[in-house]
Amino acid sequence: MTRIVIDPITRIEGHLAIEVEVDGGKVKDAWTSGTLFRGFEIVLKGRDPRDAYHITQRICGVCPTSHAHAASLCLEDAVGIHPPDMGRLVRNMVEGAQFLHSHILWFYHLAALDFVDVVAALKAQPKEQSLKEVQARLKKFVDSGQLGPFANAYWGHPAYKLPPDLNLLAVAHYLEALDKQAHASHISAIFGGRMPMTMTTPAGGSVHIPTVDDMANLRPRLMEIRDWVENVYIPDVLAVAPYYLDYAGVGKGPANFLAWGVFDDPSFDSKKRLLPSGIVIGGSLKAEEINEKAVTEDVTHGWYKDGKAAHPSVGVTEPDYSEWNPEKKYSWAKAPRYDERPMEVGALARMVVAYAKGHPTAQKLIDQTLAKLGVAGKPAVLFSVVGRIAARALETKLIADAMVEWSDAMLENLKNGKKETFTQYRLPERAQGVGLWEAPRGALGHWNQIENARLANYQVITPTCWNISPRDGKGVRGTIEQALIGTPVADPKRPLEILRVAHSFDPCLACTVHVIDPQSNEVYKVRVS
Amino acid sequence: MAAATHQRVEARSVGPDSESSIISGLSRRDFLKICGSTAALLGIGQAAVPRIAEALEKAAAKRPSVIWLNFASDTGCTEALIKANYPNIAQLILETLSLDYNETVMAAAGTQAEEILKEALKRGDYFLLIEGAIPIKKGYGMIARREMLEIGKEFAAKAKAVIAVGSCATWGGVPAGAPNPAGLKGVREALGVQCINLDLCPVNEAVLVATIVDLLLTNRIPALDSVGRPKIFYGQTIHDQCERRAHFEAGRFVERFGSQEEELGYCLYKLGCKGPMAYANCSKFRYNDRVSWCIGAGAPCIGCAEPGWVDKFAGFYERLPGVKIPGIEGVEAGADKIGMVAGAATAVGIIAHAIGTKVSGRFNGKPPPKETAKTPEERG
Repeated sequence: MTRIVIDPITRIEGHLAIEVEVDGGKVKDAWTSGTLFRGFEIVLKGRDPRDAYHITQRICGVCPTSHAHAASLCLEDAVGIHPPDMGRLVRNMVEGAQFLHSHILWFYHLAALDFVDVVAALKAQPKEQSLKEVQARLKKFVDSGQLGPFANAYWGHPAYKLPPDLNLLAVAHYLEALDKQAHASHISAIFGGRMPMTMTTPAGGSVHIPTVDDMANLRPRLMEIRDWVENVYIPDVLAVAPYYLDYAGVGKGPANFLAWGVFDDPSFDSKKRLLPSGIVIGGSLKAEEINEKAVTEDVTHGWYKDGKAAHPSVGVTEPDYSEWNPEKKYSWAKAPRYDERPMEVGALARMVVAYAKGHPTAQKLIDQTLAKLGVAGKPAVLFSVVGRIAARALETKLIADAMVEWSDAMLENLKNGKKETFTQYRLPERAQGVGLWEAPRGALGHWNQIENARLANYQVITPTCWNISPRDGKGVRGTIEQALIGTPVADPKRPLEILRVAHSFDPCLACTVHVIDPQSNEVYKVRVS
Repeated sequence: MAAATHQRVEARSVGPDSESSIISGLSRRDFLKICGSTAALLGIGQAAVPRIAEALEKAAAKRPSVIWLNFASDTGCTEALIKANYPNIAQLILETLSLDYNETVMAAAGTQAEEILKEALKRGDYFLLIEGAIPIKKGYGMIARREMLEIGKEFAAKAKAVIAVGSCATWGGVPAGAPNPAGLKGVREALGVQCINLDLCPVNEAVLVATIVDLLLTNRIPALDSVGRPKIFYGQTIHDQCERRAHFEAGRFVERFGSQEEELGYCLYKLGCKGPMAYANCSKFRYNDRVSWCIGAGAPCIGCAEPGWVDKFAGFYERLPGVKIPGIEGVEAGADKIGMVAGAATAVGIIAHAIGTKVSGRFNGKPPPKETAKTPEERG
């Protein structure tokens, strides 16, 4: 039996293509396509099972620690062990800091430029000295004529709605956030050695033993970021959202949500994680427990040799590239399904599952936010672009608060001499394991099969694989494909609105959007950066 | 709500004109501090600070164009870049460089983004930074439905200099591990161009920034070792510069993760550390604003600085073969054996390195010669 790779796109998080058909100023149909194949599962075959911890981190440089931890959980499941309490806390801390980093980076540096007109910030008339200084810095930059990463964007597009003062404030916070995302990564590095590509939390627990010095190093950094999230990030979201409330009705998608859950408590039960596992179907807001066996992958529209949709532990996949053809094969991504349904994963999925499960903090944060946006009691508005933006911000706060508790727990362990971080184990000759976890952008699963103490097989389903899935064998569109339908497009040459929907899923970097205008039959190429 | 957040913008010290630097919002003093840090990174001494300041000021007048192409990568090196300090990423993109193309941070999209590339190609005045390996198999890596290989060749041909950023760009990296399913190659091999190779996975952000500043300063390619790495950063083994080296010499090893020996910071060699054969300055620069580094945090080095990584050092927790371990009394006894007796399969490169280690002069009480990383060719 050969099981091979599935999803190349998410491994590389960079090269995604989207093609949409626009009719009457709205998206009528859409195709998402992954355009790079690396084949990590094939590389993993035959290797020392412990090496998967390091190798799978290179699937994604933005969320390496999530792969690290899914890999560790996978091997621990195969071996049948859990880390000691201090090991658990180190993992949560390294992972939590990555979430803070990733969400801050996403909002301010990846998504905000879809809503903030940087050049228009020059028209602001700030009173505060600090904002005057930012404006002067921006002016000097713009006057240089070298706009660098801000060159040639959609500045002045009618879909930009913020007043100049708010644009300037957002630019100021864009710069501040550059520091904050780096500072968040420092926390991962304190316990993980470096970030990206942390080093210390393989199967067994943590090879780093926390010290009092770590705690002194951690505390001010953590408090700085927590304070900033509460006083800048969340207020920014609430300040910007009222100008884009129409996007509470755009980008819905199938409204099926899946979360494996993330951040273990001492029970190591995924239902009791800080953000618990579960599913919500069809926007029902009724949570169900999740069954890993219900996952299948379909290759009908992926550049792989045809085969039946199968569970990742028994799927057969062989790369087979052909031309881009939306009727046949058009993506390096496979189509994962849960009970034959496409699912959305990510911060919104986690928060919706937590909310539906009655998670008190999630409920409080979401209900308060809905009230502030004037839509109290209508959580269904969350199934949208605005909902994804809000969910990420609220989740950032929830995690930052939890990190303070974990840091207290670490200190308590240190005081009580509970310093054990690592559970010793022997590599099994033959075993199978599953590691289900969450990356900032959603549910992440690793499956391994060990024979002769080597990896006979390794399988990964990344978050973006769920979200950018192509159609399946029944012709059911993938999650982002569905979400794009109905999106208004004012100017096909500058399809800012499509970027907003695509970015709301945080699919990461560069994807390519091809907009077809049926009238002129002209193809406009748009790269989503 | 917006007003409440105004005062949250950190006040940046802008003094009177005579005190201000070329970087608006940055005082002359802070600016010179950055130049000083850069000098330290480059290991060229504080006397060079005025020269660095001059180069940066010159750069500010017309900031040098940087085109950053992302191929078969995981974006980890872009992630490293945005964590840079001295100068940090905001100073880099606003005041030091003109980062004209980088898909992770740029605002422009689509046609507009492609126009930027066309423009740069026409000017031919850019430094080209490549992150990620290059797929040789057709259809395995495309941007805007063009092969990455084709794009890479086109842009490398006109670049002022090419830097391969990180292990994927230098030699293919992890996804090029056997059996290399996507047919990935590094920049030199795939594009047939000479470039500066910045190995490490991910690149050390300080190494990257210092290399860029060095290029701006001298307008020349720095001295490279036989595999294209700047000697200044990759001239010595991690083992030779390791803060735990004394424990190795004294025969004090961590035998089990999470043990008391680990807590005492003993040597990680027996748990698989590849430091004796990996050439990089990780212990000096550390990572993330010098917060920590792999061995410092208790993890054995996985050798990501070396060509041929990942296969060369796969089995990350297996002891590096052939290294003689000093006994309790064997102080210094084993150190010079490292590499000399190392695995025959990779003997050529390793022995060359070992000679380099010896030349570096830790032995016989002789002072180290100036060059610490002679290439095999140089050694003849």
